[in-house]
Amino acid sequence: MKETPLSNCERRFLLRAIEEKKRLDGRQTYDYRNIRISFGTDYGCCIVELGKTRVLGQVSCELVSPKLNRATEGILFFNLELSQMAAPAFEPGRQSDLLVKLNRLLERCLRNSKCIDTESLCVVAGEKVWQIRVDLHLLNHDGNIIDAASIAAIVALCHFRRPDVSVQGDEVTLYAPEERDPVPLSIHHMPICVSFAFFQQGTYLLVDPHEREERVMDGLLVIAMNKHREICTLQSSGGIMLLKEQVLRCSKIAGVKVAEITELIQKALENDQKVRKEGGKFGFAESIANQRITAFKMEKAPVDTCDVEEKAEEIIAEAEPPAEVVSKPVLWTPGTAQIGEGVENSWGDPDDSEKEDDDEGGSDEAVIFDSIKMDTEIEVSNTGSQDAPIVLSDSEEEEMIILEPDKNPKKIRIQTINAKQEKAPSKRPVRKRKKKRAAN
Amino acid sequence: MAEAAAVAGESLGGGRARAARTVLGQVVLPGEELLLPEQEDADGPGGAGEQPLRLNAGARSRVRVVCGPGLRRCGDRLLVTKCGRLRHKEPSSGSGGGVYWVDSQQKRYVPVKGDHVIGIVTAKSGDTFKVDVGGSEPASLSYLAFEGATKRNRPNVQVGDLIYGQFVVANKDMEPEMVCIDSCGRANGMGVIGQDGLLFKVTLGLIRKLLAPDCEILQEVGKLYPLEIVFGMNGRIWVKAKTIQQTLILANILEACEHMTTEQRKQIFSRLAES
Repeated sequence: MKETPLSNCERRFLLRAIEEKKRLDGRQTYDYRNIRISFGTDYGCCIVELGKTRVLGQVSCELVSPKLNRATEGILFFNLELSQMAAPAFEPGRQSDLLVKLNRLLERCLRNSKCIDTESLCVVAGEKVWQIRVDLHLLNHDGNIIDAASIAAIVALCHFRRPDVSVQGDEVTLYAPEERDPVPLSIHHMPICVSFAFFQQGTYLLVDPHEREERVMDGLLVIAMNKHREICTLQSSGGIMLLKEQVLRCSKIAGVKVAEITELIQKALENDQKVRKEGGKFGFAESIANQRITAFKMEKAPVDTCDVEEKAEEIIAEAEPPAEVVSKPVLWTPGTAQIGEGVENSWGDPDDSEKEDDDEGGSDEAVIFDSIKMDTEIEVSNTGSQDAPIVLSDSEEEEMIILEPDKNPKKIRIQTINAKQEKAPSKRPVRKRKKKRAAN
Repeated sequence: MAEAAAVAGESLGGGRARAARTVLGQVVLPGEELLLPEQEDADGPGGAGEQPLRLNAGARSRVRVVCGPGLRRCGDRLLVTKCGRLRHKEPSSGSGGGVYWVDSQQKRYVPVKGDHVIGIVTAKSGDTFKVDVGGSEPASLSYLAFEGATKRNRPNVQVGDLIYGQFVVANKDMEPEMVCIDSCGRANGMGVIGQDGLLFKVTLGLIRKLLAPDCEILQEVGKLYPLEIVFGMNGRIWVKAKTIQQTLILANILEACEHMTTEQRKQIFSRLAES
């Protein structure tokens, strides 16, 4: 899609506003837009926001053989991409002039300034070196791509950790992050680009131009500097004549801005380190919910649990002991008895149990507790209890206690005891035999 | 609120169609299916009064329903194609039907016939101008489509000028066509916009909000400074006040209005009026 053209009226308004030292977003001449740095879950991944301009930086590494003329140096590779997502005017898969210019500037700013110790990336001289690749993606374009990209690149490099390696003879061992902590790159200094836009043949100067200011500017001066006020790159484009004093003044401004930004970067890196140590979620990973687009979440209500035990004890102490349940035992058939209402199985399918109820009605002994029925059952149990010992004598291990009805409790108990006594001696020899077998 | 959340959650989980009447003013998502209440339904109040919309149902139960932006008819189903709040407008005759649409937030403009937009002239070619309106392709504007223009008397339009006009042709896959006159041949406010002032872009939702008949923002803004303002349905606003400072303030206020509650807005306006 074609770029939205700039109308005459916008151009005129912008220039007049700049003459009056006013900017569209209310900034002063030397003000930067808000810079926000956030990190991803992986090392070496960050998003830098400069106002509405957003750049995603991702660093990756690989073991490769070095270049022939530099056998002991690692390789640095920078790649900035302008996707169509950033602005509809960017065409995918085509190297536009702007892209080439930006990539070249980034390389000069970061590689040629030797901010990264490439010799420390050497594993085996002439055979294996680390290749560090910095991928930068422009996510949204609102002017001043180069500043945002240079910040994103250096932040991602500072944040990156490469796997540890050890060399024993010819053997190179690569350690997973679980085995050995990954090592950070050795970075000597942090060069940061600062852009100055010139209007009316250099009469007016603005720091950090946004997209529409970039469109009406006459010339652009980019100064890459580190916090020691060493100029790493200086590039003037747009074909305007700058005076010596102007360049000097710009470099002074750049020094101040770079100091501010470097401090911000260091603070962001420290913050991230701290959060990582605590094991929380960090960076923009925080905003990614658990693979859900929308979530109707209930907020967790904080509950004070420090005095729960005391409270529970208090409640237990204060509460009255439960009333003793006096249950009338029922003996259904000889050998089985019931206390309370425990016969009914409440775990089954409700529908099924209902059906059963319907089918069998009151005839089933298990369901209905009529007083009349109780009486009859008790009678049954009385009669049945006399035969009980015979049934019981099955096994010694199963202790069966028959809870007797009111009438003749003693009798039954005696009978059961008798049964046990009678049965016991007959079983003992068998056991002994078993033991002997085991001994043999 | 909790109920609304529960309803939305259910629809997300189950994927069942919801009755359009019950979700009016609520958020709908693309792919959702809506049910329209069928008039004169034989089932009566006791039965399932709501069935999937049948646009080709018998003439007896025919109700005129218009699917606005964000809704799409697919066979005899009504599908949501945009994310936003479902809106409904009763027809003037009453008795069911009416217009349903989805109020969504977006920046990309798609030309619609009858919309008033602000365009930027990008080229003069023969007897037409090419005008950028923010759509997928530029619109064409005949030089005869200005008030009082004849073959001899051409309007004075330069490349880069702002045009306030109206779409007369806006079809899918076709070049849209603009005019700067109404059906009586009058300009009616349309034409070339002056050389001063500031043009800025906002979301389409904000434009609709500002142009709503019951919108208070414009009246409040008008009390602040004397101003000239033009709204284009394509998300462009042109504003001009006496000084650059005032114009900038107005532009920033209008942009900020999108995410402010009425109270916040009133606070800011009163603070501005004092200073």
